[in-house]
Amino acid sequence: MVIAKSNTLALQGTEAVALAMKQINPDMVAAYPITPQTEIVQGFSQFVADGEVDTHLVNVESEHSAMSACIGGASAGGRVMTATSSQGLALMWELLYIASGLRLPMVMPNVNRTLSAPINIHCDHSDSMGARDAGWIHLFSENAQEAYDNTLQAVRISEHPQVRLPVMVLLDGFIISHSLDRMESLEDSTVKEFVDVFKPEFSLLDAKTPTCIGAFDGLYGYFFEFKRQQEEAMRNAFQVVKDVGKEYGELTGRPYGVFEAFGLEDAEFAIIVLGSAAGTVRHEVECMRSRGIPIGMIKLRLFRPFPANELIEAVSHLKAVAVFDRSDTFAGGMGGPVFTDLRSALYESEKKPLMVNYIYGLGGRDLPVELINKAATELEQVAQSGQVKEKINYLGLKE
Amino acid sequence: MAVDIQGLTEIRWHARGGQGAVTAAKTLAEMSLVRDMFFQAFPEYGPERMGAPIRCFNRLSTNKISTYCGITNPQIVVVVDPTVMETVDVAEGMKEDGILIINTHYDPATIRKKTGVEGKKIYTVDATHISLDALGRFMPNIPMLGALLSVTGLLSKEDAIEFLKSSFGKKFPQKVVDNNIVALDRAYEEVKGE
Repeated sequence: MVIAKSNTLALQGTEAVALAMKQINPDMVAAYPITPQTEIVQGFSQFVADGEVDTHLVNVESEHSAMSACIGGASAGGRVMTATSSQGLALMWELLYIASGLRLPMVMPNVNRTLSAPINIHCDHSDSMGARDAGWIHLFSENAQEAYDNTLQAVRISEHPQVRLPVMVLLDGFIISHSLDRMESLEDSTVKEFVDVFKPEFSLLDAKTPTCIGAFDGLYGYFFEFKRQQEEAMRNAFQVVKDVGKEYGELTGRPYGVFEAFGLEDAEFAIIVLGSAAGTVRHEVECMRSRGIPIGMIKLRLFRPFPANELIEAVSHLKAVAVFDRSDTFAGGMGGPVFTDLRSALYESEKKPLMVNYIYGLGGRDLPVELINKAATELEQVAQSGQVKEKINYLGLKE
Repeated sequence: MAVDIQGLTEIRWHARGGQGAVTAAKTLAEMSLVRDMFFQAFPEYGPERMGAPIRCFNRLSTNKISTYCGITNPQIVVVVDPTVMETVDVAEGMKEDGILIINTHYDPATIRKKTGVEGKKIYTVDATHISLDALGRFMPNIPMLGALLSVTGLLSKEDAIEFLKSSFGKKFPQKVVDNNIVALDRAYEEVKGE
């Protein structure tokens, strides 16, 4: 009996992330359960119990405490991680800004789940999109493989001296977190070498260099300058994400950029999408292209910072673009977060496509191939007629 | 009896909570790795409670799978607990040339008459009694997996048994592994189509 390759595994998204965390072997992990993330910290706790990592595991009483513990651990010069979802991320709210404002590197997988009400435990992106402006880097994953790969790369991106910002690794709740998928893992030693040792710029435990972290900074301080520099760090992150993605590609044969384009060169219209739906969209785009339909797609990986320049370059030749958003902004007709960002980015472009927005999959509503085909067919109409009938569309509603 | 596993095969499992269907779907996915195939195994998450009808799914392919949506038109449907058929249309959305594998002591022709299923191939196996004999309790998941492997030709009986030995051996006591192997073996042999 032949098992394909020893590094070819059958893992759920949560297990893939827990494996990445084990191989990273962080100094500290704060653990608090929430569906559908629980199996990440549960799996990691098992590695701690089995002595497979040296990590100091902190069992906390809430997500607010989890992020507080991570801020403390990172201030002390440790490589720290936690994981969460949905309401848990919402409860971390005020700490998210403190982690990024203090420029503390850390990595947090967030298994995307919607925010209540109505109560719902299933996937959409409204949890992490709510933290859009919290100063974290957002990396989206299509499947278990990418969740694993992104978690490893996030360490390097977060700790880069020109960045020093916290990173969220996003994977779709249940669709990816609880689906068994085939993926390739790396050797422990390869990961150890890739993530290297964290060299904090400041550490509270460094008695020779006394440091004050998190001091009051009022009207006469440098708050404004801090914030401006945070934005500069985000701009620096573009190149770092690309460099780390390239290096990871040389190591694994799986290179990563800020987004992945498919069939764009000869396309007349295209779909832009995040997360697991990108896989299903790619399947339909391939089918349509085989029938000679000039459609392409972009799977956006880096959402914060928003790779506006690269996206403008990639889509400006198109006649029409449909942005698929798995969350809404409730702005009274402005559309989803990716749509509003891309539309804003294209404002100054001389050549720009017509744009339509499809909000889909809220609260875990399925996005079958048929619905993608429906949107793509409507998009083709927009491209051919040069007219947008309905700017903001809701895909797959029952009403 | 072998079906074509080239291209994409989509499978839907019907069972009740607590009957191990999710484990069976996951085990099937892991087994397909032996054939260097690509796979997905995913449950349909709802209010999870013992005894309520549940569904879970597999995608299997010799090529990379990139669809991450639900399965509505499966080629193969496995009915782990025949009593779900009283309230659930297990043939819903099935393709005309689809395959139904049902846990029942009736033969395929009788179950077709009783359920009124038209077209499609029907296979039956008495997984309930097989599991009662082999395991001493009603746990029809592994026998149904055995029947599925037999019908599809996905894995030889010997390879499946070897897989259970190495995979289940890590998680369960030897007696449980041995009994499940007996159950899989019998279902693999006893499943019959019309």
